[in-house]
Parts: sequence; C-alpha cells; structure tokens
Amino acid sequence: MKKIITITCLIFLLTIGGHQANAAEKTDLLKIDWSFKGLFGKFDRGSLQRGYQVYSEVCASCHSMKYLSYRNLSEKGGPEFSVEQAKAIAASFEITDGPNADGEMFTRPGKLSDKFLMPYANDKEAQAANGGAYPPDMSVLAKARSGGADYLYSILLGYVDPPEGITLDDGVYYNKYMYGNNIKMAKPLEDDLVEYSDGTIASEEQMAKDVVTFLMWSAEPHLESRHRMGFKVIVYLIILTILVYFSMKKIWSRIESEV
Amino acid sequence: MSDHEYKPSSKVGKWFNDRLPLLSLANHLTDYPTPKNLNYWWTFGGILTFCLITQIITGITLAMHYIADSDLAFASVEHIMRDVNYGWLIRYVHANGASMFFLAVYIHIFRSLYYGSYKSPREVIWIIGMIIYFLMMATAFMGYVLPWGQMSFWGATVITNLFSAIPLVGEGIVAWLWGGFAVDNPTLTRFYALHYLLPFLILGLVVLHIWALHVPGNNNPIGIDIKKPSKDTVPFHPYIVIKDGFALLMFMIVFAFFVFYSPNILGHADNYIEANPMVTPAHIVPEWYLLPFYAILRSVPDKLLGVIAMFASIFVLVILPWLDTSKIRSAVFRPLYKQFYWILIIDVLILGYMGAMPAEGLYLLVARVATAYYFMHFLIILPVLGYKEKTIPIPLSIMEPVLGGSANLSNIKKKESIH
Repeated sequence: MKKIITITCLIFLLTIGGHQANAAEKTDLLKIDWSFKGLFGKFDRGSLQRGYQVYSEVCASCHSMKYLSYRNLSEKGGPEFSVEQAKAIAASFEITDGPNADGEMFTRPGKLSDKFLMPYANDKEAQAANGGAYPPDMSVLAKARSGGADYLYSILLGYVDPPEGITLDDGVYYNKYMYGNNIKMAKPLEDDLVEYSDGTIASEEQMAKDVVTFLMWSAEPHLESRHRMGFKVIVYLIILTILVYFSMKKIWSRIESEV
Repeated sequence: MSDHEYKPSSKVGKWFNDRLPLLSLANHLTDYPTPKNLNYWWTFGGILTFCLITQIITGITLAMHYIADSDLAFASVEHIMRDVNYGWLIRYVHANGASMFFLAVYIHIFRSLYYGSYKSPREVIWIIGMIIYFLMMATAFMGYVLPWGQMSFWGATVITNLFSAIPLVGEGIVAWLWGGFAVDNPTLTRFYALHYLLPFLILGLVVLHIWALHVPGNNNPIGIDIKKPSKDTVPFHPYIVIKDGFALLMFMIVFAFFVFYSPNILGHADNYIEANPMVTPAHIVPEWYLLPFYAILRSVPDKLLGVIAMFASIFVLVILPWLDTSKIRSAVFRPLYKQFYWILIIDVLILGYMGAMPAEGLYLLVARVATAYYFMHFLIILPVLGYKEKTIPIPLSIMEPVLGGSANLSNIKKKESIH
C-alpha cells in the first residue's frame, strides 16, 4: 500500500519536474509570499482594490482586459468594491453602443454589465501605437506565462541598465527576466506613480505586488471558492476513505486472506 | 455468461428475466469469482471506469456551454471559467481528469506487463485494451485542441502534419484532415465532433473488455490458473467492490488535490494565449502522457520513418502476447524478466522526459538510445528470454504451498508485499 502511494507520487513528481525543468531556462524569478498561494490562500482585498487602481491608471492605456466586466469588480472573491463604487467606476467610461432606432452608434456612460473598455479599436491599431509589439490582453495573463504571478512581478521590477556592450534599438528596453532580455514595454512603474487613497505608500514594489495580485484574480476569479471547496472536498474524502477502510477490513475478516 | 443457473425469487422477476436476463447478468457480476490475492494494482480497472464516466459527464456539461468556432472557442472557455455556475470546477475536473485517466491507464498497462496478464488466454482482453488506449490518445489530443489556445493550434498543426510524410497521398490526406489548407475552423469543428464521438466508442469497447475478461476470469499476482469458484476465489461483491471503492477514494484524493490546488500544473501556460497562426511558440510540447511517443517520433531523423516508429511503438504492444514466449505469466517467478521490466519502466520515463526537452545535442542522443532500447525490449529481449530464462517453480494454487516445501510461498508472500 505504502509502495503504491510512493510510486504514484514519484511518477507525478517526475512529470511535474519535467515540466518545470522545461520552463526553468530563464533567470531565477523574484519570489514573494503571495496571499493567494496555499491551501487557504485568499486574495488581499486591499491589494486587489489598489491593484485595480494601478491597472486602470497605468496598464489600461495599452493593455485590454476583454473578458472582464465592471460587475466583476463588486463580485465576491474579487476586489469587492461596493455595487455603488462599481457603478461609479463603470459610469466613468464612455461606451460606444448602438445602433439606435435611427441606425446610428452613440456613446453612453458604462454600466455594470459592460465589458472593460478596450484601449484600441483592433489589434492593428494596438500594434501601430506600440512600435509593432502587441500589448497582450491581461485577462488571463497570470496563467498564460510560465512562472505565473512571480514572472509578472519579476518583469515589472526587472528593468535594469543593459550590461556593457549591448546596444538596444529605439523603443526596446532591457529586462533581466524577459526571454531574450529585450522588451518593447517601457518601464511602467515608478515610485509614487499613483496615489493610493488608503494611505499605502506607493513604492514600485508595492504597486507591482498589488497589480499582480489583481491580475491573478482576473485570471482566476473563482480562486477563493476553489480553495474553500477543495478543503471541504478533501476532508470529506479522507473521512470517507477511513470509514471505507474499516468496512473493508471487517468484510475481509470473514475470510482467511489479507487485504 | 452465467456460471450457474440463477432463478429470480419473485414472479415478476422471473417473468422479466425469462425475456431479458438482466437479473442473471447482475447476479453474474456480483457473484463473479475473483482471485482473493489480487493486490491494489488490480484496482485500476475500476478506477479507469470511474475516469471514463467522469470525463463523459463533465464533457457533456462543457459541451452545453462551449462553442466550436475558431473566433469564439477561446472566449467560450473563458465564459465557462468565469460566468457558468461552477464552470471552473467542471472544466478543471475534465482537464485534470484526462491526466488522471492516463495516469491510471499507464499503471493498469504496466500492471499487466508485470504479471503477464496479456498472455493466453487473455490476448483478446489485451488487444481490446490497446485499442481503447489508442482511442484515448486520439480523444485526448483532439480535446486539447478545443480550447483553441496556442498549444492547441500548434499541437494540431504538428500532429496532423505527420500524415504528410506518407508518400504520394500524404499532402492530400493532410488537407482532407484539415478541411482546408491550414488548421482552421473546419479542423476545429470536426475535432469537436470526433472528440464527442470517440468516448462512446471507448465506452463500448470497455464493455467488450470486461466481457472478454469475464470469460477466463482475472489473472492474479502469482499468475497461475485457478479453479473457479474455489478456496482461491471470493465473490466480486462485496469483497472486490469494497476494495476497489477504497482504492478509488484514495485516487480521488489525489485527483481533488490537482483540481483544487494545482489545476494548471499539468497543462502548458501557452494554452492560455489565444491561437495565433502568425506566432509560433518557442517549444511545441504535447501533453505529458504523449511525451514518450513524441520522443520516439523525433528521435528518427527521417520524417516518414519517425511516424512509422511512433505507430510501431504502439503496435509492438498489440502483438506482445506473441512476442513474449515465456509460459510463466507473473514476473514474481521470472527473476530476469523482472529486471528487464524495471529497466523498461525507466526507459519509458526517460523517453517521456526527452519528449519534453528540445530535440538537440545530448537530449536527442539519449532519446535515440532509449528508443532503440524500447524496441529491443519487445522484439529481442522478450522472445529470447522465454527460452533462456530459468524460472522459479510456481505454486499449484493460491492457498497451497508449492510442491517441495513452503519456503517458496513465504518467499512469494514477502515479494508480494514489496510490490
């Protein structure tokens, strides 16, 4: 029995090891204690709200978030803005709607049911405005890069002067965590770039942490309920397994054999 | 099918059973005499049935929300993850369920290899099993294409392109598979249709697999033929049912751990990037369960020969009952085979690892050696071993010691507990 468990674990470690060795061809990523990791991992509500602020004031001018709606901002397990706050946020955007009865498009203030406003009309416009590089949609970005949250955090803080002998083209920046070290996004964060209303000091690290927490939530909006349910399911299964184990022992005790 | 006459006790039961002997079948399944010394490696048949049913139920539920259209597929998966009630749970169970299915099937296959379950009179069970395994790989591959992420798209491109290696008609076949001149919407919609169809073929084959099993009955860890029913057997219910149930629960704990705490660890991050025909990912890697075959494919320098080698690696398994010339089933009594068995396991793990690595330099060299060894194991070592190997005397029954003293049995018991 023990042997089975050991071997099963071993096989999994090997496969997982294989995958990670595959990914580990870059510099070691910066690692911090994310509140959402672990069996009981939850998002830090304040961090999510600040992260939304950083996203909307810094990232949103280039990066879309097309799978999110304003209503998500007030949903449970997310930044949990009040419904009024979320409505106010939505209303601060001009949304193109229509056509109306006259067949014309018109603009109106955003509603909770609207998707996040896209910064560009299409991919081509996005590329044209960013020196040919397309700023990736951020909805699932935290799951779309190996290294996940740590990788995004490292990229945000990975801007350094290029080592001697390396010359960079115009509009290309040096980042020690980027694949190939060349990145077309200018260093996005500076100390005190945004002003947090809750009094948190907006250091570069703090903003990076907040916005990455926000991106993790946007990629995995049900993470908290997943963790909660997982704990219940596993406890339930363990108790049931123990009960079934003793039932099995009892049944097999009728005959002269080991189980 | 029934080994002894079954008479329903009620009148209605008798009336029905005379017209459709479902009650006789149920009676056969519960009374089915099973060797009492089956160890936990034998519980994976039940676990696999659970996996198949889980995949079908979650799959049908996902199909209610998924849209097979190259412009909408990726967004519809995000819709499932965000807005469908418990959609995240259903999708993560389905995605990780595929991995758990393959984990279980590999254990099931390697159990059969260790205890010689594929040998006479169980060749048909084994061949049906291999067809199931092959269909599983096809189903899993097409399922991985459906989310229409980068790995979906490029994986589909690489695998379908393999057929272009066929002389003369290759290019035509590829265009026919694609339904066009590149992997595109027609490819996605046909993969979706087939991904929905194949599991039901698998289900039908599973019924045949179990039917074929119930003709000779189960093999067992010491691999001898046993009298049924006898002191060596127990009725399937409740003895095996509860034991399978216990093992299934243990398996479900591991399953739940993946679903709830690392749902994406077995997948590739690139598949959360929407498919883009203009951007090729740095490394195109299949899912972990296909890696050994991918390594074999790439280790042959010629494309056509590589494809042949890959399919041959499965085909040697199909003809395995005739490649293994040993009359003794269980590795417990085959000291040399046992060693080669473990070498084969290591070889397959190495192949899997190499399949995940870029095909260059030392990786490629190791993959080539491992590929060569894989075929050598089945085509040279096994046929020869049957004639050369000096086996340990086998006992006459599970409960009785072997002729010439009980030393052997205690020896066997000891070995049993190791595995």
